[in-house]
Amino acid sequence: MEMPKPNKQVLMRKAHILRRLQDVLPENAVIFEEQEVRAYECDALTAYRCPPMIAVLPSSTEEVSAVLKICHEEDVPVVPRGSGTSLAGGALPTSDCVILGVARMNAVLETNYDDRYIRVQSGRTNLSVTGAVEQNDFFYAPDPSSQLACAIAGNVAMNSGGAHCLKYGVTTNNLLGVKIVMMDGEVVEIGGAYLDSTGLDLLGVICGSEGQLGVVTEATLRILRKPEGARPVLMGFDSNEVAGACVSDIIKAGVLPVAIEFMDRPCVEAVEDFAKAGYPEAEAVLIVEVEGSDAEIDDQLEKIKKIALKHKPVELRESKSEEESAAIWAGRKAAFGAMGRINDYMCLDGTIPVNELPKVLHRIGEMSEKYGLKVANVFHAGDGNMHPLILFDANKPGDLELCEEFGAEVLRLCVEVGGCLTGEHGVGVEKRDLMLTQYSEIDLEAQMKVKDVFDPKWLLNAAKVFPLASSDDRRLI
Amino acid sequence: MILSTEKGVAQYVSDANANGRKLRIQGGGTRQALGNPCQSNAVLSTAGLNNISLYEPSALTIVAASGTPLADIEKELLAEGQRLPFEPMDHRGLLGSTGTPTIGGVVACNISGPARIQAGACRDSLIGIRMVDGTGAVIKNGGRVMKNVTGYDLVKLMAGSFGTLGVLTEVAFKVLPAPETSATVLVEGLSDEQAIAAMSAGLTAPYGVSGAAHISKDRTTLIRVEGFEKSVAYRVSQLQSVLAPLGEASIVSNDNLWKSVRDVEPFHALDTAVWRISVPPSDGAKVAKTLEASNDTVQIIYDWGGGLIWASTPDDLDVRAALNGISGYAECVRGTHIKRLPQNAAIARIEKGLRAKFDPNGILNAGIMG
Ligand SMILES: Cc1cc2nc3c(=O)[nH]c(=O)nc-3n(C[C@H](O)[C@H](O)[C@H](O)COP(=O)(O)OP(=O)(O)OC[C@H]3O[C@@H](n4cnc5c(N)ncnc54)[C@H](O)[C@@H]3O)c2cc1C
Repeated sequence: MEMPKPNKQVLMRKAHILRRLQDVLPENAVIFEEQEVRAYECDALTAYRCPPMIAVLPSSTEEVSAVLKICHEEDVPVVPRGSGTSLAGGALPTSDCVILGVARMNAVLETNYDDRYIRVQSGRTNLSVTGAVEQNDFFYAPDPSSQLACAIAGNVAMNSGGAHCLKYGVTTNNLLGVKIVMMDGEVVEIGGAYLDSTGLDLLGVICGSEGQLGVVTEATLRILRKPEGARPVLMGFDSNEVAGACVSDIIKAGVLPVAIEFMDRPCVEAVEDFAKAGYPEAEAVLIVEVEGSDAEIDDQLEKIKKIALKHKPVELRESKSEEESAAIWAGRKAAFGAMGRINDYMCLDGTIPVNELPKVLHRIGEMSEKYGLKVANVFHAGDGNMHPLILFDANKPGDLELCEEFGAEVLRLCVEVGGCLTGEHGVGVEKRDLMLTQYSEIDLEAQMKVKDVFDPKWLLNAAKVFPLASSDDRRLI
Repeated sequence: MILSTEKGVAQYVSDANANGRKLRIQGGGTRQALGNPCQSNAVLSTAGLNNISLYEPSALTIVAASGTPLADIEKELLAEGQRLPFEPMDHRGLLGSTGTPTIGGVVACNISGPARIQAGACRDSLIGIRMVDGTGAVIKNGGRVMKNVTGYDLVKLMAGSFGTLGVLTEVAFKVLPAPETSATVLVEGLSDEQAIAAMSAGLTAPYGVSGAAHISKDRTTLIRVEGFEKSVAYRVSQLQSVLAPLGEASIVSNDNLWKSVRDVEPFHALDTAVWRISVPPSDGAKVAKTLEASNDTVQIIYDWGGGLIWASTPDDLDVRAALNGISGYAECVRGTHIKRLPQNAAIARIEKGLRAKFDPNGILNAGIMG
């Protein structure tokens, strides 16, 4: 992975920069010893590591503003960080950067059930947002699998999704407002506890901008009343094609489940070994979940089963109790852990039009043979967001490179059939160099112009998202 | 000039840019009055860009050229039992305009309706765009899949940009199944405060409310649910019991009720200014009170559970002042006031910066957003 050369001027002035940061932050909020900054050398894309020059952990918007003002004056690159669970290397430092971590800013600032919103500091974890409102039967809808750890800051930056976004949308559809600190230290409030904006949709472009436009310190989020209940049905099919066709038919029939999860045979086998969820012997397994009152759930599941039966499932198992629901989900939830136990894996995140599922799965199977690397598929089928997990051996020389080549070919295929490189994990460094398969230089230029306005010096997380060759002129001061 | 290809639009804009000709972009021309007056020497019409290029019901996706009539898209979707999730308002009655609303106009103005409270705004369903910027460059962003975080989300930025960043040539949407049926719980006799409490009670109950409106003059509160027959029957009766302590609640099944709310029909015949105000719902009644106190002809309709206020006022009333510290914004929809203003100085500066990047010579709908 190519990263820009560190700015020597900045490295030379480290002691001076450090002193200035220490002037505006408490002692324990500035980390600069070599062993200690190592804690920030990578995110969940652990193949790439680079310790930052300095890491700071501010406790307030004012402190964030003071830090950014200094970095702006001193031309120091800044990489914002939430919990460091990005799978795309979004929080990967450069050796000349200040890592700005918001983890200490995790308070709930305001909860309003009547108006259905919560305002939190951005370092608060996703799950603890729901945790703050569930005693009143409310929840925050976007639910990335990493929700125990990941922060709202990262969710906003990556526009994260989750298993339930088919019904409830992703982060951007549940975000009402932010407080954001611009690179020069200015604090700006965008949106709030009301809907839409009268001017340009700045909130819309900030969400998903991967920490390149400003540092988000607070977020106003939509909260929803929990449904009366939810129940899944599990189905096994003879082939991926048939399972894919069943997904299409369910959607066409006008039933809108909250989740449609898909697992192929390699995934099911790994999961069985690991979690003993009792999944059937099948080429493909679907978990479809619906919500409502008991009677409503019965009614919807009836409709879904009727459709499924037309596709001759090898198994059709409807949950009748909380325990059975948990058992059906247990395997799906353990999927990543199960794969991690057998192998190192790379998790792709391309999205395809739902009707292309069978074709794409077939082509991935062919590629798997060509590269000699196994692949397991587990993903959100309702919205076409695939998660092929390519298995490799990190200790075997050349295997990572081979795996990356395989991954790139899969992502190119996603784009070729009308999809995209990443559905919820973001571009980061991981997919940066593939951007031109989906977008032209002109398309990227338009996106970079947005960054020009928010961060004219290109100091914020600038080595990400855009191929270095495309952003060179802007980054080199 | 009516253009019928994206290439033609690009050429035309590029020429205009070179010659310093300012363009007024027009779809069906039914929502012209929503923006501030703009300086222009020529009209660029997208009416010739009329084509649904892709509709995949099983993927819940539709892609159309920006000049395609909204009605054509809705008809095509309905034939497959689907619809646009955000229930776009028709402005013709309110603005006294004629013409055919186009899908590009809906996107450029980010037009939604009562369903916005549950299903999101136009911008939430929009998943891809193609556009021509102020220099004539053709740009695409997003695509035709509903989950896509590849690069910046210029799709959202274009929704509601009133053509000031570029001329939309193509738009793609995530669509939803149209419900089998719908029903409305109607509560009568509530004051504004009581109505907002009632709507809030409906929206915070687990019954999937897809519309919550109150017509102040008639003291009528409407709460809608949609879905499969049995489910709707169950949910309206549950809501009826939730709302019973607040007022007489009956169940009605009249869709024209919601068309009337969507299009703000009670104000069509009035000879007044009309404002659209977005605030936190529980501040809605306060804003309305301030307006009513300043003039006794003021009329109010609430949508979005009280968070959207439609106000009919005398033309000389400064409605923005009524917000007085309450977060949100007010837009003049009909009347002689400045239609829209940036929310604060920092935002104004960012918006200006973006316009200068996408339309460096200010030739696209110049001045329309204030
Ligand atoms: C096991 C596992 C499962 C996962 N499952 C999902 C899933 O189901 N769906 C999904 O969408 N993702 C998933 N992810 C990816 C990841 O959790 C998300 O991208 C998450 O939103 C990252 O949050 P974070 O707080 O860890 O951010 P970080 O990793 O710290 O940072 C992510 C990005 O956000 C930027 N950023 C951080 N803080 C700020 C700030 N205050 N202001 C501006 N920018 C900032 C960073 O610079 C970086 O670009 C998963 C990851 C793991 C490890």
